[in-house]
Formats: sequence, C-alpha cells, structure tokens
Amino acid sequence: MLEFHHVTFQYEVEDFNIIDDLSFHIAPGEFVSIIGASGCGKSTIFRLTNQLLPVKSGEIYVNGRDIHSQSRYCGYMPQKDLLFPWRTVGENLRLPLEIRGGLSKVQMDERVHAALEQVGLADAKDKSPAELSGGMRQRAAFARTILTDSPLLLLDEPFSALDFLTRISMQEWLLGQWERDRKTVLFITHDVEEAIFLSSRVLVVEQTPIRRLTSIDVPAAYPRTRACLGDPRMIALRERLIDMLRKQGDE
Amino acid sequence: MKQTCKNQLPALIVVFVLLIAWQMGAMHMNAAYILPSPTQILDKLWQLRGPLFTAHLPATMQVTVIGLAISIVFGLALAVLMDASPAVARAVYPIVIASQTIPTTALAPLFVLWFGYGIWSKVLVTVLITFFPITITVYDGLRSVRVEMVELLQTYGASRTQIFLKLKLPATLPYFFSALKMAVPMSLVGAAIGEWLGAQAGLGYFSRRMITQLDGAGVFAPIVVLSVVAMVLVAILGLIERKVVRWRGEQ
Repeated sequence: MLEFHHVTFQYEVEDFNIIDDLSFHIAPGEFVSIIGASGCGKSTIFRLTNQLLPVKSGEIYVNGRDIHSQSRYCGYMPQKDLLFPWRTVGENLRLPLEIRGGLSKVQMDERVHAALEQVGLADAKDKSPAELSGGMRQRAAFARTILTDSPLLLLDEPFSALDFLTRISMQEWLLGQWERDRKTVLFITHDVEEAIFLSSRVLVVEQTPIRRLTSIDVPAAYPRTRACLGDPRMIALRERLIDMLRKQGDE
Repeated sequence: MKQTCKNQLPALIVVFVLLIAWQMGAMHMNAAYILPSPTQILDKLWQLRGPLFTAHLPATMQVTVIGLAISIVFGLALAVLMDASPAVARAVYPIVIASQTIPTTALAPLFVLWFGYGIWSKVLVTVLITFFPITITVYDGLRSVRVEMVELLQTYGASRTQIFLKLKLPATLPYFFSALKMAVPMSLVGAAIGEWLGAQAGLGYFSRRMITQLDGAGVFAPIVVLSVVAMVLVAILGLIERKVVRWRGEQ
C-alpha cells in the first residue's frame, strides 16, 4: 500500500539528512502507528508522503505506483482541525469534493450528508465550526478527510489537543470507523497507550536521523475494547515502548 | 439594541457636555466669525441647504467615489500581485511603505498645477491618500492566511486559483473591510483638501470661500456635512461587514 524505498530527506536549514536511507512498508488495510519523541522527524515522514516536502533521493510508492505520478492518493488530517471558520460544517466537508470537481451540487450534498451521518454529526451540517466542541470538530475534520476518497489516511496526532476523556472516546470512535471501512491508516502519536490501543503494528522512531523504523506487532485482536490494555502482554509492550522512547530522549 | 444604546451612553454624554461647553464658550466670546456656536452652525446649515446638498456635496462625493474606486481596484490588484509573486513584493513593498511618509497634502498644490481645477487633481489626492493603506492592509491579510490551511488544500490537489478563491479571498475579507473603513473617511478628507486648494465646487471649496467672507458658521457647516457623511458611510460598511463576515476573530 505505502512503501518507502531508500528515502532520504534534508531540511535546507540543517546540515544532515533527518531521514536517511529509510525503507518501510505498510500493507493494505493495516492500522499502523508511528511513535517517537517530539521533533524526531515523524511528521516529516507524513509530509514526504503527501508531497508537501520533496524527497532528496529514493522513491515512495502508493498502490505500487510512484507518488509523483499521482495525486489525491492520501487523505491528510493534521493535528489542528483546520475547519474554515467562514464555512458551515457541511461546507467544510464539501471542500475536497469541490476541489476535485466533477460532482453536481446535489451529489456533493448527498456525499456530505452521508459522511456527517457516519461520524454522528448529521445535525451539525448548517452549524458554524465555532459552535462545535473539540471532539466534534475533530470528527468533522475526520469526515472531511474521508471525503478525499483516498484509500490511505495519514492522521497526524489528531487527538493530542483534546482533553483526556474526549481523547479516549475519540480513540474508541476511530477504531470503530476503521473496523467499518478498513482503510489503510498511518497514525502519528507520542502517546504510547494510544498507539497500542489503536494499531495492529507500531513503528518506533529510535533515533534521529531516522535510518530505520523498529516494527513491533501489537498482541491483540480486533475488535478491541479498552479492556485489552489490561492484558499483561499489552502492559509489557507499553513499558517496553516507553523505555525505547526514553532512551531516545536521553541521547 | 437596548444594550447598544447602553454601551454608547457614556460617549453620548461626553459629546453632549462638550457641545454645551462649546455653546456657552461661543456665546460668551460673541465672535461668530472666529468661533461660531453649534446652534449658529446648525442655523447656517439650514440656510445653506440648497447649494450645500445640491451642488457641493455631490461634487465632493463624485471625487470621493472615483478616487476610492481607483484605489480599491489598483490597491487590491497590487496586493494580490505582491502575494502571488515574492519578487514583486520585494520590489514594491518597501516603496509602498516609504511612500506613506510623503506629505501628500503638501504636494497637492502641484497636482492642481498639473491637472488644473477639474476633478482629476482632487481624485489624485484622494487616490494617493487611500491607495497605500488599502494595499498594505489587504496584503497583510493575504500574508496572514495560515500556511497549514494552504497545505491542507494542496493535499486535496488544489490549484493556486482554487487556493486563492476558497481560502485566501474569504480569509482576507475582514482585512478588506478594515481597509475600507479606514479609507472612506480618508478619501473624503482627501477630496476636501483637494477642493480647498483649487476647485469650482465641493464642500472643501465652499468652506474655504466662507473663510474669505469671515463667515465662521459657513466654514463649519460643510465640515459638519463631511463628518456626518463619513460617519454614515462607515456605519453602513460596518453593517455590511457584520452580514458578510460573521466569523471574525474565530480563527
């Protein structure tokens, strides 16, 4: 689904490659989290994947094809919801459809309505984003990402700004969405518990520059509930991941 | 509505007290050719209503409207051009800023020499006074659009035109209204200054003619008209703004 092939990237202001000869592979339908300390370069991987940054060398493939020959292959959801305040919630969701073009107004409205229904915001269509709570805004932003119709979703710390309880319910909600759609999800977080609760596999950034990602399978089956976090193997994994991140932080 | 009246009450009281002080001071001085009282001015306004409202106000409004229209069209065009091309911005922005330090009013007599007593010398003064604030305010508005929002649209595959129409244009509207609310009173002042220096009609011209006749109330009467027109126009702009930009300050 997503494949990094000896990818190297350097920021102009830095004198080293922050991503250095990195290769990894994500299979279709996987839910994979990338974890690492702040500023380790996790987000750079996303920005290379959605072409907001150009690779220095190497190739990135989505669906077996080089990303440079394609567009709209990934839906990107940044940390802030970035809902446009001058548009209603429904109009915000229409953005990716408007930009792609080719749909009539009626068809767009149908898609928007279905997406809002899916995320439980059917009543919020004509509200302004300012009227929504943090969790609702994030769900609206997720629905907008879904409407890019991309099989690959890049979610960059989407819940990190939410309060604890909202974050937990949003994680459960996201898991439900994924179990329904089975889109390929790549999820960035620095919250270890969030990573192991959601994903089938965790990729750990152990050092910067990033030369490789350590892949660790999560020992729990889907569908999951939060109860799985009490499993001794899950607890052991959590401690192990925290240790790995700490080591990186100390260096 | 009641709330608005309550909020304005202190200001209204101060204005009223000042007017009474003025009235009493003027009556005490008893020199209407230097300091006419407010009631004398109102009385004069009523006497002169014919020429003021049928000849001089339309003349000033003509200059204001033409000047403002030119400023808006070219100011917006230049702002958009500077935003689209960093090279243009680097070449023009310092000049635009520096030009604001030129005392336009001191140059105005020259314009009368160049363009004569017709409307164009006054239009030029108006344009020079209002063009730069509009350009800079709108340009700053375009620059203040959040990079993350631009990037989000890029990941949807948006073209530069789409980014401009769907993001930059609506995001800059509040700045545009601020620019207009600044420019409207300034354009009236610009027109009046131009007329003061040499014209055959207009409120500035009329005010100046009254000076030569030592008619204090006659000097003030057109100024009162000018101020009231400016206040009304700004109030109308405020109403339109509230209809168009409901989301101000939510970003």
